[in-house]
Amino acid sequence: MELTQYVAQVQSFTAIGAALLICVAAIGTAIGFGILGGKFLESVARQPELSPMLMMRMFLMAGLIDAFAAISVAVGLLLIFGKNPLLLEVVNVAAQKIG
Amino acid sequence: MSDFLHPTEGEYIQHHLDHLQLNLHTWKIGPTTGFWTLNLDTLIVSILVGLLFFLLFRSVAKKVSIDAPSKLQNFVEMIIEFVSQLVKEVFHGKSKLIAPLALTIFVWVFVLNTLDLLPVDLIPKYLWYFGVDDFRFVATDDPNLTFALSLTVFCLIIFYNFKVKGFFGLGKEVFFHPFGIWLFPLNFIFRMIEECVKPLSLSLRLFGNMFAGELIFILIALLPWWIQWTVGGIWSVFHILVISIQAFIFMMLTIIYLSMAHESSH
Repeated sequence: MELTQYVAQVQSFTAIGAALLICVAAIGTAIGFGILGGKFLESVARQPELSPMLMMRMFLMAGLIDAFAAISVAVGLLLIFGKNPLLLEVVNVAAQKIG
Repeated sequence: MSDFLHPTEGEYIQHHLDHLQLNLHTWKIGPTTGFWTLNLDTLIVSILVGLLFFLLFRSVAKKVSIDAPSKLQNFVEMIIEFVSQLVKEVFHGKSKLIAPLALTIFVWVFVLNTLDLLPVDLIPKYLWYFGVDDFRFVATDDPNLTFALSLTVFCLIIFYNFKVKGFFGLGKEVFFHPFGIWLFPLNFIFRMIEECVKPLSLSLRLFGNMFAGELIFILIALLPWWIQWTVGGIWSVFHILVISIQAFIFMMLTIIYLSMAHESSH
């Protein structure tokens, strides 16, 4: 019964941690993309002839910004759906105790 | 995996995250851990795709004609011109290595990423009938491959730093910038962090994007079959953008880092 409590605790904290991982990174990326797109539109409005060059650089920057969000989404999803190493530790200790 | 066709949810996801591994101590194929492990699926897919790319481009180059270019030749020329244009814009010195390296990285990573758009069960299921338990055919969502790529670029950066600037020139740049001569330990630490972050961010960026994409495709595959096409379709269209941008960024950053190694910025 005690073991169930521990497992539930680890699972719930993992869920909160993974959700924080994904959402904080998403907030940062959203703000970044907003600023990036806004500036791009501004500069295209000012100098429309530069728009192909700026478009390419904007996509480069978009990929750079995107990376952190993608990495945190990957880690978060792995914690939820894959093998959870934190939970594995609890199970290992419990297995030792039980014998 | 006893029952491939009717696993539970957790089993299904875990099954798609396992590599076809070869243990180099015992020469047995099967899930192992430790350093002396080869991920056979990554190796096979990446080498096959690399060979395909080289042989295709080589055959086009052999049969090149000015009067009557084939459609394939036009296509290959388009890619090569695109890459060489980018290299000319960013890199101002002379180098026989950078443009071919950029082309190889771009096409190779792009094709490996594109395999992500195949249905997640297509290849593993056919291979399962031949007795192969786990097979991940998207090579770029294995961190080993992305780190191999970025560490190769890292070695080239170090090599060209030494070759172009010389031992003393590089030493001067590492120790005396950006804070001047009296803070040289701080300068050195800053420079080391800057250099070490390059391969890390290069490989983790590609790995993170591809892994997240693949994992979401796996999760979509768990939905009932009549709803899959809506979410799957949207994510596929978005993913086409992601895979081309990631291949482009990997190439672009390689060119930028190597040109930074060629010219002293201070």
